[in-house]
Amino acid sequence: MSETLQILQQNLGQALWETAEMVIISGVIGVIFGTLLGILLYYYANPLFSPHPLVNATVGFVINAIRSLPFLILMVVLIPLAKLLAGDPYTPMGGTVSLSVAAIPFYARLAEGAFADVDPGVVEAATATGAKFSLIFRQVLFPEALPALIRGIVLTVISLLGYSAMVGTIGAGGIGNLAIQFGYNRYETGVLIFVIIILVIIVQLIQWVGDQLAEHYTKV
Amino acid sequence: MSQIEIKNVSVTFQNKKQRITAVSQVSIAIQKGEIFGIVGLTGAGKSTLVRTINGLQRPTTGEVIVDGINITRANKSTLTRARQKIGIIFQNFNLVQNRTLGENIAFALNAGGYPKRQQNKKITELLDLVDLADRKDNYPGQLSGGQKQRVGIARALANDPDILLCDEATSALDLETAEEIVAILKDINTRLHITIVFITHQLEVARSLFQRVAVMENGHIVEQATAYDLFANPRSAMGRRLVGRFLATALPSEIRQRLASVPGQLLALRYRGEDSLDPIITKIAGEIGVNVNIIQGRIEYVQAKAIGVLTVFVTGQAAQLLAAIKAFKQQVDQVEVVPL
Ligand SMILES: Nc1ncnc2c1ncn2[C@@H]1O[C@H](COP(=O)(O)OP(=O)(O)OP(=O)(O)O)[C@@H](O)[C@H]1O
Ligand SMILES: [Mg+2]
Repeated sequence: MSETLQILQQNLGQALWETAEMVIISGVIGVIFGTLLGILLYYYANPLFSPHPLVNATVGFVINAIRSLPFLILMVVLIPLAKLLAGDPYTPMGGTVSLSVAAIPFYARLAEGAFADVDPGVVEAATATGAKFSLIFRQVLFPEALPALIRGIVLTVISLLGYSAMVGTIGAGGIGNLAIQFGYNRYETGVLIFVIIILVIIVQLIQWVGDQLAEHYTKV
Repeated sequence: MSQIEIKNVSVTFQNKKQRITAVSQVSIAIQKGEIFGIVGLTGAGKSTLVRTINGLQRPTTGEVIVDGINITRANKSTLTRARQKIGIIFQNFNLVQNRTLGENIAFALNAGGYPKRQQNKKITELLDLVDLADRKDNYPGQLSGGQKQRVGIARALANDPDILLCDEATSALDLETAEEIVAILKDINTRLHITIVFITHQLEVARSLFQRVAVMENGHIVEQATAYDLFANPRSAMGRRLVGRFLATALPSEIRQRLASVPGQLLALRYRGEDSLDPIITKIAGEIGVNVNIIQGRIEYVQAKAIGVLTVFVTGQAAQLLAAIKAFKQQVDQVEVVPL
């Protein structure tokens, strides 16, 4: 018991920090670029704007291709890229590379769905005022899609939390690494249980905050 | 030159299995300041047609010219500018749910490049026009249907349009609220001289609002007339069907049964003006030797002009009945033989 506490005392802070680093950076990158791709997919699919099936199909194909790889494989495939971008792939920064690559297409599909779910009649009414797309996006599509975009962020962050444990196992650190290193390899069941409890709490918290925000931006 | 010229417009939709011709060789000219209506059953192509006027729908063939600008051929920036002068309101209001009424209207003002600093004043003016000045910070979800449509109107008028398109703008509302909206539209039409193009399947609304009207069926315009002429004497089969149903003099079933057991003919007569048909009836009855019983009668007003609706039951021999129907046809605008 005292050994468990000791391990946690020495490693938990660092591990949590590394996980936060990986999840937040890749989450932000995923949401930003995913949103842009989501807009692109929506824009080129909508007959009201400039439908462009070829662009749409190409981007859609790349997104699907990345998403069809199990994360474990994606992670291994991307080790050279991580080396190139982050120097050492077996660090939190290295892990962030593969997490970001996974997050972008994941969130792109969620964002596309959020925009596509905006009442087409509302978008049509907006177009009929003669507004440019940038204005329609800022003042119509975005506010209408915002609750769904927030729910998408929650889903993405929770998935990234899971994936970050996986990059942890190949040495990128974080809370997943802690669980495997001590909880599994060294039979410190106490550490394992503690990590599980922390993960459950974090996921609940993220979900709760996301729900509150989504609710706040829904004015119906 | 007319303000809106729809020239030989057809719209076909091609989906996986079939081609649908939603609008078929339609030509309509709408004058500045008039209230023009399009009526027809669901699926007739009304929405598709009206959407070609602001370029939301591109005609497959033909063209639409609004204020001298060819909407069909216009490039993006010309179309954008033209749209600012064509407001539109919808059956489902189509307001941005997550933004306040003020923000909804501000959006349209931004679309038209209205100076930011004067927007607040303009928004208040517009909301005042539809009697919602105190609801500026409310969200659409907090309003009733009629109020939402009033916001729709305010938004549509943001850029001082010359034309207002209305796609079933009253169809989601109860009749009383619909009348409220109709009154606002009439007021806008007289005070601001905005041309209104209104599509509906509600003949009630058509009667009180329209000056001229086109009847649409399966993508074709089958009849164009003044609203009064359409109600008094519809010439197309679809026109007769729509007006007939609206002016229907539905008889209680007991009376129908009683009449059915007597040899005779039930006739629905429609005529212009509020005069009584008594002299005509007496004359026909006397000359042909039939009995004419008045079952029911009323006067309807279209554009403040009267249309008489009279249901009579004529008895006599077969040849006499035919002669009586012929005689009525010479005297009144519309004679319909009602099957019992
Ligand atoms: N985008 C589309 N793709 C395929 N078919 C369409 C499309 N829009 C309309 N149609 C078809 O065109 C026809 C006319 O539709 P439209 O909406 O113009 O009718 P409407 O007279 O407005 O009917 P309603 O009174 O129900 O609104 C219908 O058969 C409809 O299914
Ligand atoms: Mg319609």
